[in-house]
Amino acid sequence: MKEKKGCIITFPTVHQALRAEKILTQYKFMVTVLPVPREISSDCGIAIKFSGEDETRIKTILDDSNVKIEGIHYLKGKKVEEEGQN
Amino acid sequence: MIYFDNAASSWPKPPEVISAMNDFMERVGANPGRSGHQASLKAGRIVLKTREAVAELFNIKDPSRVIFTLNGTYGLNLGIKGLLKAGDHVVLTSMEHNSVMRPLRYLEKMKKVKLTIIYCQRDGQLNLEDLRKTLEGKVTLVIATHASNVTGGIMPLKEIGKLVKIEGGLFMVDACQSAGSLPLDLDEMGIDLLAFTGHKGMLGPQGVGGLYIREGIELEPLVQGGTGSNSGEELQPEFFPDRYESGTLNTVGVAGLGAGVEFLLRIRIEEIRKKEEALIRTLIEGMKEIEGIEIYGPEDPENRIAICSFNFKGRDPAEVGYLLDREFGIMCRVGLHCAPAAHRTIGTYPQGTVRFSLGYFNREEEVYTALNALRKVKEMTG
Repeated sequence: MKEKKGCIITFPTVHQALRAEKILTQYKFMVTVLPVPREISSDCGIAIKFSGEDETRIKTILDDSNVKIEGIHYLKGKKVEEEGQN
Repeated sequence: MIYFDNAASSWPKPPEVISAMNDFMERVGANPGRSGHQASLKAGRIVLKTREAVAELFNIKDPSRVIFTLNGTYGLNLGIKGLLKAGDHVVLTSMEHNSVMRPLRYLEKMKKVKLTIIYCQRDGQLNLEDLRKTLEGKVTLVIATHASNVTGGIMPLKEIGKLVKIEGGLFMVDACQSAGSLPLDLDEMGIDLLAFTGHKGMLGPQGVGGLYIREGIELEPLVQGGTGSNSGEELQPEFFPDRYESGTLNTVGVAGLGAGVEFLLRIRIEEIRKKEEALIRTLIEGMKEIEGIEIYGPEDPENRIAICSFNFKGRDPAEVGYLLDREFGIMCRVGLHCAPAAHRTIGTYPQGTVRFSLGYFNREEEVYTALNALRKVKEMTG
């Protein structure tokens, strides 16, 4: 297993990104909305960053809330590693 | 001064609508969904909040299917022109506004779309049996207004929705006149497309409206352009709502609409309906006692929103409207109300009617003042 420092979720639209932000904040997750880092390609300009430990729960919650995500990316130091597009 | 022209634009607005718009202009101002900075995100959150509030008002599960447009007419055009192709068959009622009639007449001429207009009864109400017979043929789309902007008559959407479901085809509703005044449950009514405007019963400002598109329905966008998403791609994105929202939104208008809808959700539509129905009932009962007034639309106020079209027998509605405004400070709308087929149906074409349209903020005293004014207008030349 690789060490996970942080995760970034990208979204197809700003609507989905901001909905995710709202829902995750309601669930008291520490999330940051930020412009998509250059290394990641995304259809929408903003992404959400959170701690890698929360990945599974966050994925489930967003899925249950019908939020469409584009991809999940792992931050390893400064490098971004991508894991499968959704 | 009495404002009885709420069906054209509601007024006044709840104070929170004005402060939401003011807040946006003073403290936010940025473009939603274009940049990642804090002000842009704030603007984006205002748009999201409004979309979710509208979805809640109409019982829509996925708010991303609520598209914001410039007004109700644009929403109706997007639904109609985005869906229909050459050879399609559309069924509509004779009570439809020109914002439905004109795009359809255009498609009839340009794309050979077939139209069937169901003529309503003399009181403007639809005979469901007439609709059922028409639906036996192959129909692509059935369009009905939720409430007529001329008579205020409420259409039986639930029953129409059921018939459409049985016979096949899609069901589109023009809720411009009813949204915010009547309960709307899109699932229960079997509605596939719903157009609304922000500046009437939804208590928002002018310049914002929208269209709801049910899952599984694909429309062609009316315009293509920048969406803030998919910027590296020269083709229009496929995702909702961006696919139909090219160009910067009227964000200040959306902010105002959001506050208007939140006001409605707080007061509750049932309460608004109760008050508006009581007002129109008082008005109509009073008018019935004035000799020489002809009232149009359904007999029982229960079957109409807070609209009353009328005429003084043998008198020009324009003259009556002028007297009401200049002599008594009562503002209303006279003429054909952009719905010539509706006036043909109720027998008031081409002169039209005088239309009083009331809203949640009207008071009973205003109704009594207006009734007194009508009695005086009757004496003035009658």
